[in-house]
Amino acid sequence: MSQELYREALVAYQKKISDIGSQEMVINMGPQHPSTHGVLRLELITDGEIVKDVIPHLGYLHRCFDKHAEAVNYTKTIPFTDRLDYLASMNNSHAYVMGVERMLGIDTKIPKRIEYIRVLVCELNRIASHLIAIGTYGIDIGAFTPFMWCFRDREHIMNMLEWASGSRMLYNYIWIGGLFYDIPVGFEERCFEFIQYFKPKLVELDELLTQNQIFISRTANIGILPADVAINYGCSGPMLRASGIKWDLRRVDGYSVYPELEFEIPIGKGEMGALGDCWDRYKVRVDEIKESVSIIEQCIARLQKDFPRTPDFDPRALVPKKVNVKAQDYYVRAENPKGELGFYFAAQDKTDIAKRVKARGPSFNNLSVLSVLGKGVLIADLIAILGSLDIVLGEVDR
Amino acid sequence: MENYSTSPIKMNFENIKKMLAGVFGNDIIVKEQTTGLQPALYIAADRIKEVCLWLRDSPETYFDFLSNLTAVDNLPENSFTVVYHLCSIPYQLQLTLKVELIADRSLDNLPALPSVSAVWRTAEWHEREAYDLMGIFFTEHPDLRRILLPDDWEGFPLRKDYQDADQYHGINIK
Repeated sequence: MSQELYREALVAYQKKISDIGSQEMVINMGPQHPSTHGVLRLELITDGEIVKDVIPHLGYLHRCFDKHAEAVNYTKTIPFTDRLDYLASMNNSHAYVMGVERMLGIDTKIPKRIEYIRVLVCELNRIASHLIAIGTYGIDIGAFTPFMWCFRDREHIMNMLEWASGSRMLYNYIWIGGLFYDIPVGFEERCFEFIQYFKPKLVELDELLTQNQIFISRTANIGILPADVAINYGCSGPMLRASGIKWDLRRVDGYSVYPELEFEIPIGKGEMGALGDCWDRYKVRVDEIKESVSIIEQCIARLQKDFPRTPDFDPRALVPKKVNVKAQDYYVRAENPKGELGFYFAAQDKTDIAKRVKARGPSFNNLSVLSVLGKGVLIADLIAILGSLDIVLGEVDR
Repeated sequence: MENYSTSPIKMNFENIKKMLAGVFGNDIIVKEQTTGLQPALYIAADRIKEVCLWLRDSPETYFDFLSNLTAVDNLPENSFTVVYHLCSIPYQLQLTLKVELIADRSLDNLPALPSVSAVWRTAEWHEREAYDLMGIFFTEHPDLRRILLPDDWEGFPLRKDYQDADQYHGINIK
C-alpha cells in the first residue's frame, strides 16, 4: 500500500510523458551534448519550436560526496570537495576548510598571510570560473572566438595555480589550519604580470561580446528572472545579483579577509532589456571579473608589503594532527563563483569523521529555476537560458 | 550593504523563539539545541509548514531564502532529523530549524512530514534529494520522485544501515 504511495509521483510523471498531445513531441536534450554543460538531460515537451515544459534529469555525475564524507575524516574530505565545482576547486575547499576551522575554534588564529594567499588563489579561481562561463556562453550562442580567448587566458591562471599546488584543476591546496605550501618564490610578481596582461584582454573581450549586436539580440529580454522568483528558488550568486539583489556573502558574512578589501558588488541593471535577463547575468559575471582583478591587486600589494615571505613562516603550523571536533551542528556558507556554497556538518564526539556532511551546491539550486524560465520559450532560447545559469554538473549531482 | 530593515528591534534566536511560542503556542517548540555555534529549534513535525510560512511572511523575520534542507540519520537511535537552514535576505539573519522523526527503518514505512515546497520552491529539489538518499517522505510534495539515483533504485543509500545490493539489473556489482 505505502509502496504505491511512494511511487505515485513516478507514475504521474510517466503518465504526463505518455499523455502528451498529438501535436506535441518529447525531445531529449543531453546528456551527451555540449550545450548542456555536462551530463545533464533535459526532457523537453515541445510544440513545434515552443518548449511547453522542461523536466531536468540529474544524477549522471553523482559521485556520492555525502557518503564519502561519512567514510573518511575531515582532512581527507578536502580532495572530494575539489571535485564538486571542479572549475572553482579553491573556492570549494576554502568554504569547507572555513567550516571545520570554525568548529575547531581556530579560525581567528590563522595568520594573515595565509588568509591573503587563500583569498588570492580563490579570486584567481573565480576569474577562471567566470572565464569559462563567458567563453562557453559565447559558444552556446554561436560565437567561437570568445571561447578561444577565454580559455587562452584561463590557461595562465591554471598554470599559476599548478605552480602553487602541483595540480592543474583539483588542487587540495587549502588545508584545515593552513596551506599545503607557501606560494612559490616569485608568485606575487608573476601574478602581477598576469594582471597587467589580463586587463587589456578583458577590454578586448568586452568589445567582442558585451556590445555585440548579435549577442545582445540573442540574450536581452530572454529568460527574465524576477527577484522574488530567484529568491524563492534559492538562486544565489550572479543569478541573484543579476535580478537586482545586492547579496554577496563576501560582504554579508565578511569571512576571511574580505572586510579588509575594497570591491564593488555588481548587480544587474537591465541595460539591454528587462532586469534579470540573460544579458544581465552575463554582464554581472564580466563585472565580477573586474572586481576580482582589483581584489587580486590588493592581495598582492598586502602580501608584498605587510605580510612578506619569511624564512620561518610555516603554512602548516596550525594544521591539526587530528581534527577533534566536538559534537555539534554547523552550516558554513561562502560565496563561490556560482553562488552560495554551503556545507552542513553534523559532527560527533571522539572521532574525526563527521556523522553527516551535506554540500549545498549553488548550481543545484540555480538549475531548479530552469523549469520556470524554460516554459514557453523557443528551443534555441532555452540553450541561451541554460548557458546563462552557468551550472557545473559536478556540483549539481555531487 | 544597505540595510532594508525597518523594524527597530534586531531579531535574534531568543526573540524568534519567543515569537514562535507566542503565535503557535508553547508546544510548537519541542526542544532546543544550544550546543555548538549555531543554535537550533526543534519544531513539531506536523506543523513545520505553517511555522515556515509564518517565518517567511512575518515582517519581523522575512526568512525568504531557504539555504539548505537536509536529513540526518541518527543511528543507533531509530530516528531521523530533517534540518532546515533559513536565511533572511532583508535582515541578514540565519536560523536553523529541525524536525525529529521517529521511525522504524523498514522501506514500507518511511518517516513522513509535510513538505515546505509550497513555502520555498527551492525545497522541492532538496526534498526530492532527502527522499532519494535518506528515505524521508514529504507529504503534499508536487513531484516526489528520486532525483540523483535512477527511478528503480532500491533502498536509501545515505542511511547508516544501508546495504549495497549484489546486483543491479542482473549485473553483478560486488
